[in-house]
Amino acid sequence: MKLFKQTLLAVAIACSTASAWADEVQVAVASNFTKPLEAIAEKFKAASGHDLKISAGATGKLYAQIENGAPFEVFISADSKTPKKLVEAKMAEADSQFTYAFGKLALWSSTEGYVDDKGEVLTKGDFKHLAIANPKTAPYGEAAMGIFGKLGITDTITPKLVTGENITQTYDFVSTGNAELGFVALSQVQKEGKLKSGSAWVVPQDMYTPLSQDAVLLSSAKDSASAKALLEFLKGEEAQTVISSYGYGLPEKTATKEK
Amino acid sequence: MLSASDWSSIWLTFKLASLTTLILLLIGTPLAWHLAHTRRWWKAPLSAVVALPIVLPPTVLGFYLLITLGPKGPIGQLTHSLGLGTLPFTFSGLLVASVFYSLPFVVQPIQNAFEALDMRLLEASRTLRAKPMDTFFSVVVPLARPGFLTACILGFAHTVGEFGVVLMIGGNIPDKTRVVSVQIYDHVESMEYAQAHWLAGGMVVFSFIVLLLMYTLNRGIRMSKI
Repeated sequence: MKLFKQTLLAVAIACSTASAWADEVQVAVASNFTKPLEAIAEKFKAASGHDLKISAGATGKLYAQIENGAPFEVFISADSKTPKKLVEAKMAEADSQFTYAFGKLALWSSTEGYVDDKGEVLTKGDFKHLAIANPKTAPYGEAAMGIFGKLGITDTITPKLVTGENITQTYDFVSTGNAELGFVALSQVQKEGKLKSGSAWVVPQDMYTPLSQDAVLLSSAKDSASAKALLEFLKGEEAQTVISSYGYGLPEKTATKEK
Repeated sequence: MLSASDWSSIWLTFKLASLTTLILLLIGTPLAWHLAHTRRWWKAPLSAVVALPIVLPPTVLGFYLLITLGPKGPIGQLTHSLGLGTLPFTFSGLLVASVFYSLPFVVQPIQNAFEALDMRLLEASRTLRAKPMDTFFSVVVPLARPGFLTACILGFAHTVGEFGVVLMIGGNIPDKTRVVSVQIYDHVESMEYAQAHWLAGGMVVFSFIVLLLMYTLNRGIRMSKI
C-alpha cells in the first residue's frame, strides 16, 4: 500500500515537467496545523524534492488574503466551510477538496494537575481567565462556545473569557500563565501521543461537531504539479502517520482511486 | 451604522488615550526636563530607552509585556503580591502598556521645547525671587507651550492608533480591552466590511483633524524643532 502510493507519487512527479523538480509550493496553513505541516514538509522534501513555503494564520484571515490575491497555491484550512467558500467563489478547485484531519479540542493549563480529566474545573469556575480562540473567526473558538452552551455555563463563563485572534495566540495566553486555562487544539499540547506539559482534558468527541479540516488546491495553481503532489502526499500514509501523532483524528480510509 | 459594541470601543479608546496622555504629562515632563539639562553619562542611554518604542515593533513590546506582567514574570509577581492581580487582560494593563508605547511621543517634543528655552529668562525669574515651581509654571510652561501641545496631541493620537500591543496583552474583552483598532480588526476578520468601513473611515477623519489641529495651532507660534 505504502509502496504503491510512493510509486504513484514518483510516477506523478516523473511525468510532470522538468521544472517541477525542486519546485516551491506556497502553502497557507491554519495556525493549529503549522507544527505537523513542518514535519510533513521534511518528509515531502525527501520524497519529492519540493520545498514548502509555509504561511500560517487564522483561517478567516488567510481566506481574506487569498480572496485578495495572495500568491498561495495550496490552502490547508482549519475547517471545511472556508475551502468550500473558496470553491464557490471559483478561487479553488472543487474536486481537489478533501478532509485531511479532524481537529480535537483540549482544555489545557500550563500548571500540572490544574485541569482534571473530566473537565470539572470548568463548572467549578475557580479561575480568572479562560482563553479561547475568537469564536467569530476560528473554528476551535466556535467549538469551545458550543461546549459552554452544552454545559449551560455560557453566562457565568463569558465575563472570564479572553480571546486570542487565532489558536496560536490562545495557546500563548495559557502557556505564559496569563490565562489559567484555555481551549486549544490538542495538536498544540501533544506530541507523539503524550501531553508535552501541564494538564489537559481532551474533550470527548460527542460534545462538539467534528472539526473536519480540509485542504484545497487554489485555482491559481491548478496547473502546478508540485502543488498537486503535496495534496496527494497529505493523503498518503506517511503524512497521515505524522498527522495522527500530533493528536488529530484521521479521516476514514476511502478506497484508493485507481488511475 | 455603528453598533453598541462599536460605540463602547470608541468610548474605551477615548478613555484609554486621555488617561495615557495625562499620566505621560505627569511622568514625561520631569523626565524631559532632566534629559534636557543633565550632563551625566546616563543621558544617552536614557534617551535611547525612551525612544525604543519608536523603533521596536509593537509585537516585541506586547510579547515582553505579556511575559513580564504575567503571573510568571517579575512585575506580575510583584503586582500579585501587592494584591493587585496581574495586569494582562485588564484596562490597567492596557494603560501601563500605552504609557510605555507612547512615551517618546510625549517626552521628545517637551524635551526639545525645554532645550530651546532661553536660560537667561529662568535666571531673571530667579533673581526676582520666584520659587522654582513658580518659575516653572509662569515662565517655562508658557514658553514651552508648542512642545506641550504637540506632546498632548501626539500622545493621544498615538495611543488611539495602538494595535499590536493591545492585541497581544488585551485578550479582546468587550468594554475592557477591545479598543477601536481591535474592533476594526475583528470586523475585517469576520468579513463585516460595511461595519469596518464606518469605524476605519472614522479613524482616518479623526486622525486627519487631530493633525490638522496641531499644525494649525502651532503655526505662528515660534516652533521649537520636533
